[in-house]
Amino acid sequence: MTNFINTLGIILFATLAYSTPLLYGALGSCFSEVSGVVNIGIEGMMTAGAFTGTVIAYFTGNPWIGFLCGGLAGAFFGMLHAIATVNLGADQTIAGTAINMLGPGIVIMLAKVMFNSTDTIPLSATQKMPKLFSGLFDTTTTFGRFMDNVFATYASTYLVFIAVLIVWFVFYKTRFGLRLRACGEHPQACETLGINVIAMRFACVCISGFLAGLGGACVTMTLSTQFKPISIVGQGFIAIAAVIFGKFRPQGALLGCLLFGFCSGLKVVLGGSSGVNMHLISMIPYVVTVIVLVLFVGKSRVPAANGKPYIKAK
Amino acid sequence: MTKNKGFLDIISENRFIHILLSILLGFLVGAVFLVIMNLSVSAAYGRLINSVTSLKGFSYVVVYSVPYIVVGLSVAFSFKTGVFNIGAEGQFVVGSMAAACTGILAGNLPKPILIPLCFLAAMAAGALWGIIVGVLKTKWGINEVLSMIMFNWIAFYLSNFIAGIPAIKNDGSAEATKNIADNASLLFSKDFIKSAGLAPTANWGFIIAIVATLLVWFIIEKTTLGFELKAVGSNKFAAEYAGINVNRSILTALAISGALAGLAGALQVMGMGKRISIFTSQEGFGFAGIVVALIGCSNPFGVLVAGLFYGALMYGGSKLNLEGVPTQLINVIVGTVVFFIAISVIFENLNRLKSRANRNAEAAAIKKAEEKKEAKS
Amino acid sequence: MAKQYVDMNTPVIEMRNIVKRFGDFVANDGINLTVHKGEIHAILGENGAGKSTLMNQLYGLLKPTSGDILVNGKRIVMNNPRDAIDAGIGMVHQHFMLVQPFTVTENIVLGTEPTKGISLDMATARKNVVEISERYGLSIDPDAKIEDISVGMQQRVEILKALYRGADILILDEPTSSLTPQEITELIAIMHNLVKDGKSIIIITHKLKEIKESADFCTIIRMGKYIDTVDVEKVDENDLASMMVGRKVTFKVDKPEQEPGDVVLDVKDLHCLDYRGIEIVKGLNLQVRRGEIVGIAGIDGNGQTELVEVITGLRKGTKGQVLVNGTDVFNKPPAFGFQHGVSSIPADRQKHGLVLDFSIEDNLILQNYEKDPFARKSVLQRDPIFTHASKSIEKYDIRPSGSEKRPAGTLSGGNQQKVIIAREVQNDKDLLIAVNPTRGLDVGAIEYVHKYIVDQRNKGKAVLLVSFELDEIMSLSDIIDVIFDGQIVASIPGKDANENDLGLMMAGGGKKA
Repeated sequence: MTNFINTLGIILFATLAYSTPLLYGALGSCFSEVSGVVNIGIEGMMTAGAFTGTVIAYFTGNPWIGFLCGGLAGAFFGMLHAIATVNLGADQTIAGTAINMLGPGIVIMLAKVMFNSTDTIPLSATQKMPKLFSGLFDTTTTFGRFMDNVFATYASTYLVFIAVLIVWFVFYKTRFGLRLRACGEHPQACETLGINVIAMRFACVCISGFLAGLGGACVTMTLSTQFKPISIVGQGFIAIAAVIFGKFRPQGALLGCLLFGFCSGLKVVLGGSSGVNMHLISMIPYVVTVIVLVLFVGKSRVPAANGKPYIKAK
Repeated sequence: MTKNKGFLDIISENRFIHILLSILLGFLVGAVFLVIMNLSVSAAYGRLINSVTSLKGFSYVVVYSVPYIVVGLSVAFSFKTGVFNIGAEGQFVVGSMAAACTGILAGNLPKPILIPLCFLAAMAAGALWGIIVGVLKTKWGINEVLSMIMFNWIAFYLSNFIAGIPAIKNDGSAEATKNIADNASLLFSKDFIKSAGLAPTANWGFIIAIVATLLVWFIIEKTTLGFELKAVGSNKFAAEYAGINVNRSILTALAISGALAGLAGALQVMGMGKRISIFTSQEGFGFAGIVVALIGCSNPFGVLVAGLFYGALMYGGSKLNLEGVPTQLINVIVGTVVFFIAISVIFENLNRLKSRANRNAEAAAIKKAEEKKEAKS
Repeated sequence: MAKQYVDMNTPVIEMRNIVKRFGDFVANDGINLTVHKGEIHAILGENGAGKSTLMNQLYGLLKPTSGDILVNGKRIVMNNPRDAIDAGIGMVHQHFMLVQPFTVTENIVLGTEPTKGISLDMATARKNVVEISERYGLSIDPDAKIEDISVGMQQRVEILKALYRGADILILDEPTSSLTPQEITELIAIMHNLVKDGKSIIIITHKLKEIKESADFCTIIRMGKYIDTVDVEKVDENDLASMMVGRKVTFKVDKPEQEPGDVVLDVKDLHCLDYRGIEIVKGLNLQVRRGEIVGIAGIDGNGQTELVEVITGLRKGTKGQVLVNGTDVFNKPPAFGFQHGVSSIPADRQKHGLVLDFSIEDNLILQNYEKDPFARKSVLQRDPIFTHASKSIEKYDIRPSGSEKRPAGTLSGGNQQKVIIAREVQNDKDLLIAVNPTRGLDVGAIEYVHKYIVDQRNKGKAVLLVSFELDEIMSLSDIIDVIFDGQIVASIPGKDANENDLGLMMAGGGKKA
């Protein structure tokens, strides 16, 4: 029983730790896709955030400034994507592909110039994202260890759950959200009602980059202590997948990310103990996602104007 | 109607010029970064050019470009037929693993049998990977981008798993497969390479890439199959109305696209790779394929040239650190090129507005003529 | 009744010498328009004449190249619809500007949402919507989703949207194009109520009868040019028609008497579901014989769309038979029906009829690309394909000539329809199904399409015509079948039909025992 509770604690800890960056990315993806702009550049924006987050945290010694700057770096690439797709009517997939090359290309080059290595210098404990409620639980007892594993987790994790609530509220309970969803469904209708579709979408894509950047910073400031070229390998795409999985709703994306994080947690536990091949275990999240899709989710309704450039006649 | 064409007109009408301009801008942005980093632009670009223009350097470029060309063809084929094959990565990986396994396990077979067998295994594996996604889409309506991302990772871990199986794993300490049998290798003979002064990995792959290019062009442009797939790709509703089986077409398109990506994987391992390592992250051939297809305008011959260009950048880029320049500069340049290709649509949008106006004007002219005719009678 | 509420001393809209250019193309060339308080003003013109362009400038969606717009006597520059809304102008677009998955209330308040603190105040929004709908007698369900309500309802929502924003001047763009005669009567009554209230209405249309019934004044536009503004009471429909087209037009279709032959299409007890899984065709029976045109009259949403989809193989039915020359094509793929004698002109030519990116020559062989001489051993034969296209372009008068290799998307609507007709007629099948074949076409193209449909009938083909234009059904059909609630409720000879009876039956008033 003790063992089981211990294991469960570790799985839950890993679930939360792995879900967090995905969730930031997924919330970002929601903003962009729901407003009608396909953003496969999340991956590149996360990479930019991952690098900037650690570097700024390293130089300022303040993880929060680093975290915020990670978001801003993502927002910068979000803005590039917005200029291309929203203002200039570029193909959204092509522009996103460009972002995925530019983001990592630029930051890894910067790393090389700044540190003479593609990896940044590891953060010290005080420079990392702080853990909340650490030391609050008595880790000598089974229950305390469990609580410590689950609740004494990074501040960014608590923050992302709050962010899910906020995004949900913004999407479904505010004027901005109503308009943003309308822009993704019927931009012409919005235009006829005096809503500035270009401005709305521009803002949404920038927000999308900002959130993705936070997600990237999470990876390097919680799961690891430094930025490496392989810090962000596919998390951006998984975040997009979680959004499609969650039918383009923040609460759905939350489920998708948790499923992914849980499978990754399972991987951590199984990988340590059982004799099953590591690589097969690593496959679990992806296989499970496909199975869940087939069995429970099925078709995902894409916002009607998603992917279609909106070009205003003059 | 003869009108002197302005500079902008010429730029806006020619896709080829868009691409050239984008490439130019890419290098320009690269130069800006070099200046910011206080590095010599001429030294960096000089090294880049020198390293790919010697005979040996160019033979390296050709060797590098083969998988890029063929995986680029895969993505270009998918673009033409209306699916976005972001899953070429996974198809490439299963293809190379299938070829490697065949080349290791059936190594005793004679060359003329073994090589086609390796190709076949790789193409079948790639096609299968494409078809699975197709079935998920046509049968359960599952978004193909989503399932392709999943299957890229499944392929990645599957390949790592297979590489660790005792029958396949390297006997030494290397975290990789055994080398494929010599009979499965596409390398030119050692003597020829030496006497001609080529790269040691010079191989027959490029010939196969050219054949694949011609074949893809022929299928897309000349056959009823290409007609059908393109019709479904540009308007599946009209295609269905006209009696074309849309689901079958989607599956066929994904199978062909997957087979091409699989072939690219085989060419990589049978040409320069020889064996497959256990990787910690995806190699990114599939994403390179997307870039090559975009630069090549999804035209098979364009892809051939774009693949060579990409290969040159990759090979030349690997030499940049000799000048103290980070090799990632190449990614920045390519990213910029793709970015400008993406926004070059503004020229096309201008054109579209113009042609719509022309169309209206034409309709008006036709009507006027009709009215005159009527007035006379 | 006409001009009863018009206050000729109070112009609310004056558009002076409006010119709008797109590149070299002049869409509006010096157009003048004056609308007074309490007036219903019609704008008449063919498709592409520049009516919508003119109204889009009044609504701030486009900027005039030159010319002035005065609202209530004040010169106004409108940069976007917001400015128009603020000036008291509302517009109901021909293609409804409604967000499908949103509710009626959400659609009405979008852009001017009431809020409480930072959050939306949907309760107030709902209350306001109910209030305004009651004030103007436009009843709606405030909580229904747009995708679940009928076209007529959607139009009400559009009108309410404008009124909710306090519009005093309403622009209605082709408001009757998908309404039944009864709904049109209702709409006209609503319009009269609104002008009684002091509102002014601009109605864009090409339907002459409606202008006579509803409007006080009418401004005619032809090919971007201002022709005239007339007092509707003082002109008749023929005058309006010739001003619109610039020549005399005949609305009558010549159709020789002929005896119909064997049954070609025999639909027996057909059932099928709509996209929501609700039964929409409920045991429908229908026959079409050689040498006759059977017209299906009915309100959109009574199963005619699904009926055609089942016959052409695009939709699976749940029960029944569809016999074409005795062969059952029920629940067979489209290619099977095509082989056994079904050809069709689809309702949406750009979605179902053509691959717009494909050249005209390729569109002309869309069903026959695998057949000799267009392909041999699965390889396309470009020469025969080109020759086929050249002949078709000449024979069917597809303009511009020499356009074999041009993408179909670059043609005008009428010429796109000609490409489809050329293809379907040359397929030479026993059954031709035409769904709204003249939608969005100008008068010349309509005459052309009608001529070809009657030609097919005269050649002994069976023709099934589905159209929301009752005039079209009445002038072409030998037999009119009225569809209501998924069944044919009446079948009457075309020459005996009159609009009122048909309208009544379409609304379910004449259900046959």
